[in-house]
Amino acid sequence: MIKVENLCVNYGGIEAVKDISFEVPEGEIVTLIGANGAGKSTTLRTITGLVKARSGSIKYMGEEILGKDTVSIVSKGITLVPEGRRIFPDLTVLENLKVGAYLRKDSLEEDIEWVYSLFPRLQERHWQLGGTLSGGEQQMLAVGRALMSRPKIMMMDEPSLGLAPLVVKDIFDIIKEINKRGVTILLIEQNANMALHTADQGYVMETGRITLSGTGKELLENSAVKEAYLGK
Amino acid sequence: MSKESKSPYLPATTQKHKGLSRTLSIVVLAAFAVFLYMANSGKILGSYELRIIRLCGVYAIAALSMNLVNGFTGQFSLGQAGFMAIGAYVTSLFIIPTAQKTAMYYVEPIAPWVESLQAPFIVALIIGGLVAALAAFLIGFPVLRLRGDYLAIATLGFSEIIRIFITNMIPITNGSLGLKNIPDTANVWWTTIAVAIVVIFMLRLMKTSYGRSFKAIRDDDVAAEAMGISLFRHKMLSFVIGGFLAGISGGLLASVVGAITPIYFRFTLAYEILLIVVLGGQGSITGSVVGACILTVAREWLRFMDNGFSIGPLTVPPIAGMRMLVFSILLMIIILFYRRGLFGSNEFSWAGLLRVIKSIPQGIKRLFTRKAKAEGGGS
Repeated sequence: MIKVENLCVNYGGIEAVKDISFEVPEGEIVTLIGANGAGKSTTLRTITGLVKARSGSIKYMGEEILGKDTVSIVSKGITLVPEGRRIFPDLTVLENLKVGAYLRKDSLEEDIEWVYSLFPRLQERHWQLGGTLSGGEQQMLAVGRALMSRPKIMMMDEPSLGLAPLVVKDIFDIIKEINKRGVTILLIEQNANMALHTADQGYVMETGRITLSGTGKELLENSAVKEAYLGK
Repeated sequence: MSKESKSPYLPATTQKHKGLSRTLSIVVLAAFAVFLYMANSGKILGSYELRIIRLCGVYAIAALSMNLVNGFTGQFSLGQAGFMAIGAYVTSLFIIPTAQKTAMYYVEPIAPWVESLQAPFIVALIIGGLVAALAAFLIGFPVLRLRGDYLAIATLGFSEIIRIFITNMIPITNGSLGLKNIPDTANVWWTTIAVAIVVIFMLRLMKTSYGRSFKAIRDDDVAAEAMGISLFRHKMLSFVIGGFLAGISGGLLASVVGAITPIYFRFTLAYEILLIVVLGGQGSITGSVVGACILTVAREWLRFMDNGFSIGPLTVPPIAGMRMLVFSILLMIIILFYRRGLFGSNEFSWAGLLRVIKSIPQGIKRLFTRKAKAEGGGS
């Protein structure tokens, strides 16, 4: 569905992403794991057009999207759940969801119902300001907001960041649930254990390069991954 | 909408009092209309008081215009004085009678096409607003690429440029002599109804997808862009609507004060409007209206200070400008202790008013107990 080839991204003189290639097949959960500064977020931000690439190619269903602006990329059905959630703190929960559906002109009722059924907590709090929610609820809102655009592929940047382990488990269960509904998922995580258990495919990124790839299971059993990310 | 209001998850108080607060609002607004009617016929208030009420309306619209850009879209713009100047001059040139225009321009003769401009007040007002909106559109292209303080400086600069243009386009604007004999058309009805229309427009706008996008850009522009919201288009839309409203308020201002000069539209005017917005609460529509009324009335009421006054044994001699000093101190207190303004980003509601009134006795109690505790701790 998304095919990244020989992608290079620079911030000034610093090479954040060095010639990476990977693929996200339709209907699967793919994860990019790696430590801080490995270039994971930069990769996602480049796919959404928020960061300009130096060279390479990003194809979405066979169409080149590198160099297009964010609005046209998002309108093709690619959505980003940004790092640190970035919900709109002074908008109500319901308004947050409606902003997520900004590019749609049809009725939202059905999708709001769906998001509420995934996250009943959001329905209880639909009149509250987003900033008054707890961290876990804000993450739910960020996921719900992304779903409102009816994405074909949802890219998530560290959904487990700063959340309690129990909440993280819930979030990953819901990611699987969303995937079952036909949404392809590209997941970026530092929580390698959780991510690899959930993902069909995994890639390991280190200092701007992809050093390992395989199915989630394979990577979980890989000794290098075990040593670096999972603890022996 | 009706589906939302029936939701079982809303706090009980908001639902219970909905009908009651609506009735209360209608009663108060009707009473205000009767009051305006009596006042306008000269039965209760003199022309001085009426003028203050009209100025309240003018400043309320100017504040709403700035609140749209600053409070709702989060773009720190200080260009409102320039757009008001454009609105004021364009409207005035359309409504001053031709004979008086000819007599006024004695430094340089008036441009013939300006002399022939004539339109009814409402048309002149809207043309004034549209010209200001056009100016906002043109200025928006370069400045809306900036953010924060830089945007404020750039818009302030453009506003001064507009003022200098007006000062130097003597055949059109009569230069620094300004325009006089502007017909006194904008009575209390004009200003009040204009405020009402703008308030309803803003309340509606904030419920549309445009309004939500403005607020989303204010809260987090990167996240908003990731949702597919075009930042530039929305900032521009907000800036142009803001320009239009500022133009309208400028046109009304010209008619209320009767004579305008470029000096009137210096950057200090933008600061005054900014103060209203901050006092009322950034992102609060009703806050801007209440803030405009408080500030306009307070500025007039504090006039007694210029004549000298005494507090107990202390006698202050008459000093011109004393009221502005006190005024500034009051404002500093507000900015220091009530940074979110009177309303924060909420709107006025009767339930809110009731809560505030109910909390006053407790607040006083707490003030005293804290003092007692502090004293107890000291001994």
